[in-house]
Parts: sequence; C-alpha cells; structure tokens
Amino acid sequence: MSAPLLRVEDLHVWFDLAEGGELHAVQGVGLSLEPGERLGLVGESGCGKTTTALAIMGLLPPSASVSGRVLIDGTDILSGGEAAMRPHRWVDVAIVFQGAMNALNPVRTIGEQIVESLELHNRARGTAARSRTAELLEAVGIPAGRAARYPHELSGGMRQRAAIAMALSCDPRVLIADEPTTALDVMVQAQILELLDALCRDFGLALVLVTHDLPVVAQLCDRCAVMYAGEIVERGPLDLLYHSPGHPYSRMLFAASPDLAGLDEPVLSIPGAPPRLDRPIDGCPFRPRCDSAFAACVERPSLQEVAEDHAAACHLNDRVPA
Amino acid sequence: MSAEPTVLEVDDLVVHYPIHRGIVGTVTRQPRRMVHAVEGVSLSLQGGEMLALVGESGCGKTTTAQAVLRLVDPVSGSIRFGGRDLVPLGSRELRPLRRRIQVVYQDPYESLDPRFRVRAVVEEPLLIHGLGGSKSERSAHVEEALRRVELSPPELYLDRFPHELSGGQRQRVAIAAALVLEPEVLVADEPVSMLDVSVRAGVLNVLDGLRRDGLAILMITHDLSTAARFAQRIAVMYLGRIVEEGPAAAVVRNPQHPYTKALLSVVPRRDPRDRHRPQILQGETPDAVAIPSGCRFHPRCPVAIDRCAVEDPSLAQPASAGDGHRAACLLLPAGR
Ligand SMILES: Nc1ncnc2c1ncn2[C@@H]1O[C@H](COP(=O)(O)OP(=O)(O)OP(=O)(O)O)[C@@H](O)[C@H]1O
Ligand SMILES: [Mg+2]
Repeated sequence: MSAPLLRVEDLHVWFDLAEGGELHAVQGVGLSLEPGERLGLVGESGCGKTTTALAIMGLLPPSASVSGRVLIDGTDILSGGEAAMRPHRWVDVAIVFQGAMNALNPVRTIGEQIVESLELHNRARGTAARSRTAELLEAVGIPAGRAARYPHELSGGMRQRAAIAMALSCDPRVLIADEPTTALDVMVQAQILELLDALCRDFGLALVLVTHDLPVVAQLCDRCAVMYAGEIVERGPLDLLYHSPGHPYSRMLFAASPDLAGLDEPVLSIPGAPPRLDRPIDGCPFRPRCDSAFAACVERPSLQEVAEDHAAACHLNDRVPA
Repeated sequence: MSAEPTVLEVDDLVVHYPIHRGIVGTVTRQPRRMVHAVEGVSLSLQGGEMLALVGESGCGKTTTAQAVLRLVDPVSGSIRFGGRDLVPLGSRELRPLRRRIQVVYQDPYESLDPRFRVRAVVEEPLLIHGLGGSKSERSAHVEEALRRVELSPPELYLDRFPHELSGGQRQRVAIAAALVLEPEVLVADEPVSMLDVSVRAGVLNVLDGLRRDGLAILMITHDLSTAARFAQRIAVMYLGRIVEEGPAAAVVRNPQHPYTKALLSVVPRRDPRDRHRPQILQGETPDAVAIPSGCRFHPRCPVAIDRCAVEDPSLAQPASAGDGHRAACLLLPAGR
C-alpha cells in the first residue's frame, strides 16, 4: 500500500516553563490520514490538541522542543527543521487557527488579506491574485461583493469563512480546523460544518477537525482520535467508538453530552480533572477518574489494536492468557 | 402539570435599546434609532420548574433575563413577583426584592473576584444585604450553600482562591453565592457554555437538584439538547419574540414552528448512525433594528407564503399540539 497522505509517529512536545521545569504537552501521538478523509481530534481543554496541530505545521513557539516524525507522502518533514518544513506548510497542510475569525487584520479588507497571502506564498500576483481571491471567496460561500469589507463589518460566520479561505489559498491537501465552530451560534455552526463537508466532498480535501465537541465529530467525521493528557487513548471509526468504545474515557465523554435522542438518559459528568503535565504520570493517566479502574491500571497502558483499524490504550482490553 | 404556585409572571414585556449614534451621528442630528430587543414577551415560572429560553445570539433572551433582574428598564409590560409588579419600582423599593431573584452568569472566570477566597465570595451577598446573623451563623450559611452545590466537605474549598479551582468548581461557587440568599428564582445565563464538556453535566445536575428542591430556574441557553434534557418547559425566541413555547418533551418531539424545527435539525447527535440532513437556514438572525414586516421569521422561513410577509402571527395552541404548547405561525391550523 502506498504511504498515507499525512502520518504522525511518536510525536512528543515539551514546553520550557518560565517558572522552571518542563511541561510534557504531547506524549507520543500517532495519527494517519488518507486523501479526502475526515479525522476528528477530540478531548478536554489542555489535552494537547492545538499543540499537536501546531507541531504538524511546524509552528510551535521557541519554548517548545519536539521529537518524532511528521511524514507527508512518506517523507519526514519534521527532522529536517524549518528548511524541510517550509515547502509543505500551507501547500500540503494548512490550518485554521483556534480563534482565527477574531485574529484577522482589522485594518485590511478580507479581499486584501487573501491577495496578500497569495503573494506571500508566490501563488499569484496582481490581477491573477484578485481573480483567485474571488474564486476562493466563492468556494467558501462569501458573496464576491463582500471582499471589500473589513473584518468588523462581517458577522462571525463570515469571518470564519474568510479565515478558511485564507488557509485554502495555497490549495492544501490537508486542512486542520482548530475549534472552527466553538464561538458560533448553532445555526451558523451548522453552516460552517456544511462548508467543511462540501470542501472535503468537492475538492477531495482531507480534514482534521479539532474540537471538544464529540457530537460534532460524530456527524461530520469518518474516524476519530480521542486525546487525554497528551496522548491518544483511542482511535478508530466513529461508529466503533460510539457503539463499542475501547476506552472508558471515550464512553464517558459520549455520556457527558446530552442528546436529543436520549432525553431520559442520565447525563454524567466525569469526576475530577486531568493530571498535571509538568510531572511524570504514574500508571494510566485516566485511572483516578475512571469508573472501571482495576489493579493492572498502575501500569501505563499503551495503544493496542482492539479490532481492525481500532486501537485503545486501556488494560480492560488485555487478553487474559488462556 | 403540578400545583406549584407561579412565582414569576412576565407579561407583554417590551425592551428597546437606543443605538449609539457616535459623535458624527449626534452632531448631524441623525434620528435616534432603536434596537427592538424584546417585543412583547410573556412567560411564567413556577416553583420547582426550570424554563429554558433558547434562541440564537441577539434574539433577546439575555435582555429578557436582564429585565427580570431589573438591570434594564422595560418600555412596557409587567413583571409580577412577590405580589408586586417590578417594572414601576425604583431602586429603593427593589432592594428587598432583589435578594429573592438571583443570577449566575456564563463566565465563572470573570464573575468571581480573584482576590477573594471561596468563603468571602459566598459570604459577600449576606454582608451586602445585611443578612445571615452573627459571624458564626453566616459561616454556617456559607457551608450549607457549598454543600448544596456539592462542594463538600466545605472545609476543603472554603480557603481556596478562584484560581485554585477548576472551571466547574468555580461555577458551583458562583451558584453557591447566589443560593446563600435563599432566592425563589435563579436566572442562569448560559451557565455551562464556558465549561468543558466533561464537567458541564455536574453543574447541570446541581441545578437540577436545586430545582427539585423547589427553586424556580430561568435558564438562558443556545443549546437545545441541554434544554431538552434539563428543563420542564422550553420557550424558543426569535428576534425579540417567543415563537414557540411548551413542555420540553413536546417542543422537542413535536415541534410546531418552522424555526424550532430548523434549530432542532442542526443539533448534532452523538450516534454517528443517527446522521440526518440538517435543515440549514441561510444567513444569520437579522438585527433587531430593521424588523421584517409580518411574521418576523418569514425572510428565512423555508415554508413561508405571501401572507407571512403581511400578517404578524400570535402565539396559539395549534391543532397538532398538546395542552400548554403554543406556537406563532400562520400556517398552523388553530386548535382549541
Ligand atoms: N506556550 C506554552 N507554554 C507552556 N505550556 C503550554 C504552551 N502552550 C500550551 N501549553 C500547555 O500544553 C498543554 C496542551 O495545551 P493545548 O493548547 O495543546 O491544549 P488543547 O487541547 O488545544 O486545549 P483547548 O481545548 O483548551 O484549546 C496544556 O497543559 C497547556 O497549558
Ligand atoms: Mg486548543
């Protein structure tokens, strides 16, 4: 089989802390993505979703150190540093940053900002850049007439579309969208999700949807990776994650979201809080909050296949020796 | 539903905000324009009941709540509470009544003073209102309030600062600070939207327990699945009006208004097999300055007919709905 479009192997990220010490934000993450595939990356605040995304983009701050591999079409772009990363950033993999819709340049129209990003990446200049901008705006559903508007003159939904258009300016094959709908109203959220869906369908874009909202992923994605305390604790097709979860955390996350189809079901919170990442973690990181912990959980479990294309890091799946 | 008395009754409430004209606008004497934030909202709330007010941002749900708290002045209408109409009352007359209607805001990071320990945060309202008796009696009230929001044993939390608490715990402290005054009504404005999914249920279950003990809760939320699961009744707002209102299960399982149907259709379901085509309304809630003629929803309505641009429908029980379930749509044949 040919190499996947994007593959992440044993990714680690440490942040140097101002007060001394290190924070191990990403602890051995592995992912892979085929063309046109939609992968959800979910987990609680602080579990390392954004850090993983920034590491893939090579956009971590200087206080971070990284190890592991990020492969595009089978070639590692992480170990070669900035020189190896630059030709692929935005061109193969692009990102819509968390909060991007509120980070557009307030003194430039959205059309100007897209033209600038096309010129910056040597994709087009002058008239060609302007007509490409019109195409991009159309692709994300912004009426051409609004290209001359400033960010503050647009609604939240339109600004998020503009941020998506900017990320698409170099025709990437993978789009990472970090919490693209979190601050939006339900109806506008549905409009943005429909847009992301259409971009995958119509242009064969592969999507990494980063969010804490599991039901959103359940509706839009094919596969899902659940992160906890810097590592992936379960990954697989969504249908399996929901109907036969391999990790109690995934099951408990689903049970924590109220659902219209289960009005009489109890909605259960997950007690406690995730562990600190600036100290070594003893045993299974989820053990103190887990409703099924048992003796074996004092050892840290590793991510193991529980079925084809379905892996989980939980001792409940350990085979009892016959 | 039950024989619980009505504790709060809002009738035909209207709230307008003037739009800031800016210096140029004022100098050139542009006409003062108004935002019609709330346009004739009526609702009632019983003890032991949670009413969820749902709708998109800008629909007027927060303004309605602020009017109930008398933080804004209504243009007209009445808010009956404790045997009086709050609307004409001045701040002195309102003072003793304020204690009995408390509020919890969306952002527990903003609403708690970072310099105060939990003990002081929860005691503060008692001091402001000169209630709670001696120092040791106040202490007992504070501990009791913390127990009611499931921060127990209270000794574990009393001396902590807000930054030493998780988001869910902070929100519980904010609820405790509202409860210590023993209000009859609690207004909860998006109480869990800033919290992590894993801890939302904990806060909602605390509110649910308080409601079972008799508290009346007006919950503002944009999340229909939360409303459906935790509220007894749901009122759906659109551009300053309630367009549908009824028992929570009826509104969710048998929605009448096209707006409610669309809102329900875009709520993501947990089960990946339960995928369905959402009925996405284009555009966003138009602003409440230029209210459309006729039915204010007609420009975005998927089933509008010509008459909808002319006639403004009022809330009534459609033939297809059960008791206590009303909707404002011209296309619904009237029931009894
Ligand atoms: N620049 C930084 N310096 C030090 N620590 C950091 C830095 N950026 C992130 N962290 C820490 O790394 C961990 C992972 O953070 P990250 O932003 O990746 O989480 P996330 O899953 O995206 O959370 P959210 O859902 O809140 O966006 C957290 O503990 C966070 O505090
Ligand atoms: Mg993040």
